[in-house]
Amino acid sequence: MKVIRHDIVLVGGGGAGLRAAIAAVEVSPETTVCCVSKLYPMRSHTVSAEGGAAAVAGSDDNLDLHAYDTLKGSDFLADQDAVEQFVQEAPGELTQLEHWGCPWSREPDGRVAVRAFGGMSVKRTWFAADKTGFHMLHALFQTSMKYDRIVRLDEFFATKLLVDNGRVCGVAALDIRTGEVTAVLGRAVILCTGGAGQVFPFTTNAAVKTGDGMALAYREGVPLKDMEFVQYHPTGLPGTGILITEASRGEGGHLYNNEGERFLVTHDYGVGNKAELGPRDMLSRAIMREMEAGRAFDGSYGKYVHLDLRHLGEKKIDEKLPFVRELARNFVGVDPVHEPIPVRPVVHYMMGGVDTDITGATPMPGLYAAGEVAAVSINGANRLGSNSLTECLVFGRRAGEAAVRFAGDCADGDERVLVDQAEAEHGRMDALRNKVGGEQIAVIRREMQASMESGCGVFRDQGSMDATVAALRQLKGRYADIGLSDRSKVFNTEIVQAMELRNMLDVAEAVAQTAAVRTESRGAHTRTDYPTRDDSQFLKHSLVNFSPQGPEIGYRDVTLTRWTPEERKY
Amino acid sequence: MSEPRIVKFEVFRYSPEGAETGEGKWQTYEVPCPDDYVVLDALNHIKDYIDPTLSHRWSCRMGVCGSCGMMVNGTPNLTCKSFVRDLEHPIRVGPLANFPVVRDLVVELESFMDKLKSVKPWIIRKVEKDVKYGEYLQTPDELDSYRQFSMCINCCLCYAACPVMINEPDFIGPAAIALGFRYNQDSRDEGEAERYAVLAGEHGVWNCSYANECSEVCPKHVDPAAAVNREKLVSALQWLHILPKKGA
Repeated sequence: MKVIRHDIVLVGGGGAGLRAAIAAVEVSPETTVCCVSKLYPMRSHTVSAEGGAAAVAGSDDNLDLHAYDTLKGSDFLADQDAVEQFVQEAPGELTQLEHWGCPWSREPDGRVAVRAFGGMSVKRTWFAADKTGFHMLHALFQTSMKYDRIVRLDEFFATKLLVDNGRVCGVAALDIRTGEVTAVLGRAVILCTGGAGQVFPFTTNAAVKTGDGMALAYREGVPLKDMEFVQYHPTGLPGTGILITEASRGEGGHLYNNEGERFLVTHDYGVGNKAELGPRDMLSRAIMREMEAGRAFDGSYGKYVHLDLRHLGEKKIDEKLPFVRELARNFVGVDPVHEPIPVRPVVHYMMGGVDTDITGATPMPGLYAAGEVAAVSINGANRLGSNSLTECLVFGRRAGEAAVRFAGDCADGDERVLVDQAEAEHGRMDALRNKVGGEQIAVIRREMQASMESGCGVFRDQGSMDATVAALRQLKGRYADIGLSDRSKVFNTEIVQAMELRNMLDVAEAVAQTAAVRTESRGAHTRTDYPTRDDSQFLKHSLVNFSPQGPEIGYRDVTLTRWTPEERKY
Repeated sequence: MSEPRIVKFEVFRYSPEGAETGEGKWQTYEVPCPDDYVVLDALNHIKDYIDPTLSHRWSCRMGVCGSCGMMVNGTPNLTCKSFVRDLEHPIRVGPLANFPVVRDLVVELESFMDKLKSVKPWIIRKVEKDVKYGEYLQTPDELDSYRQFSMCINCCLCYAACPVMINEPDFIGPAAIALGFRYNQDSRDEGEAERYAVLAGEHGVWNCSYANECSEVCPKHVDPAAAVNREKLVSALQWLHILPKKGA
């Protein structure tokens, strides 16, 4: 068994992970960080983020306003202390990215430009045209190359947290290239593996978004928080689910139904004057209601509405939204300069994740999490667009620094205990690779995704959620009988898919079960049978713990500081 | 939606293990393809429902992560952007040229990662400004001077297209040069001298024969050939300027 030892083990090399790694080596001159990532870091899904990253910039803005917008967007489920910390550190983090070479779009005088975004009351979204995530990720990745103390294990898949006496001290990682398992040991572990959009059939999320870090933590007894809250982005391309950024609306784009109405203006969907710049949960519901009312267009992939950018003109579209034009032309054959873009709501983001505090620490000693994998929570029941890229930076840095402090105060774990666990993983991988069974990975995955869409979509009710819970139980049983065909150890992607499916089944079950027992509507969790918010019972985070019998669900009060929850009306 | 039609794919298979490995072989698959299928959809269909032993890389399927570059009918392409309906059949899908093959459609990228690092693709400054003093000012014109070269997604199609790579595998190549040039052009950067040895060195820009193939296949219109040639000009002028000093 190959054993590698570093101070800190990082799982995932996207925006949050790279920020954590750089923070760790900058805050401590000796610390080494080992980045275990199932894909080359610059392929991580941060790359697909388009519209921008939020932080107070202009003289018309202030921290309290950013905090209030975020809390209202969250339907008051976000923790107010976390949000206050977040908005305070956001401008410095985005400036830091500027110093690291991120090509932020500029004002004529050379200052960083900001644009409007949904649910934000003033312009505070920094952007690099409409490829903000791409530029942030590459700036972070290229900057991380400066540091020899950031050691990468590219294309290694973490299969298990290695735990000594309740403390995490590393991960077992499958080298996809060779099929061998390595014990990657450290005194702290940071999870930055992103979300789990792939548990749904129709998502903006990349193929790699399979909830790996959530499942790794969950199976070792770490609770997942607020998993029932799944964000549908209002504007994805039908068929592929490719994201058409909210910046399209931030720059002035309008949504139309098949009667030529700007339905967010002509009908009351609670967004008031914000119209197309209302928050995502409300806009997704509005589009679904338009579909139900027969006011949507019919296409080969179901119903859709129109996103019209034509009035912006070619010059502005090319300057501010070039990627939107490229995507619409390539993937649906529509040039937004001349035609409206067909769009519909699409699964985009998990508000929930591994339970952390505002330093990124989870309840398990030594384990940290940041980015979409984590729920601090600043997003509550509905994240505002452009807060998540900033969240990756603010809480990535916080987790990196906290992990350094933790690792400096403790001894190494018991190597024998940890390596034994990794060796057991090696045996498990060999068995899985040679597994014979009657079930197919792709079939179970497809059925899981269909079940999640029918039970945990934009609108939910008890019957459909209960049916999904039952279906997932059954699929987990069938998963035990999967068979694999690829016996090769070299770049075997079938075994990776098998492990990803296991992770997704655990995450999906956590989503469905927490959703089924939250008998209110809040943010993205909208129930037709409980249509109103119930603060008396549910101004609380859900916390779900793994048990062999099924998820165990508890609750924790939301942290309130200076803002009293109010009716969410724009 | 119209009925999917059956399209024949010839996919490169190679494994370094076992007896049947050899030089690799072309395996034929018949895939039902809806009209809007891209080559990557067909590969995923093969993987999911016909032959789970096929190995290929992919992730975002929207042309920005850079994972799914392959040779499609002999030309380097992102398979997520290559529509089946636009291609001649049978469709031949192979691993990116000019890279060692790890397995099937997966190539070895470590050499590229080393080349990328060698050009120091990060902002280099003599004195760092503290974040609390705000951003470095950069006008839209200054941004435009390097923006195009910052669009590289590291998909390596340009390496697969570059005729120099065939005989000079150590050539740092189009993408790495474009990124080195990108930082040299950035008004915030002061690292040009540090990059000179690599960009203008033994494996640098002077290996380029200006075939322009890199720019033709670049899915993001980075135009690495332009970067290479502008860097050639810059380094030539620097060399002429530096030479008398060296001789003095």
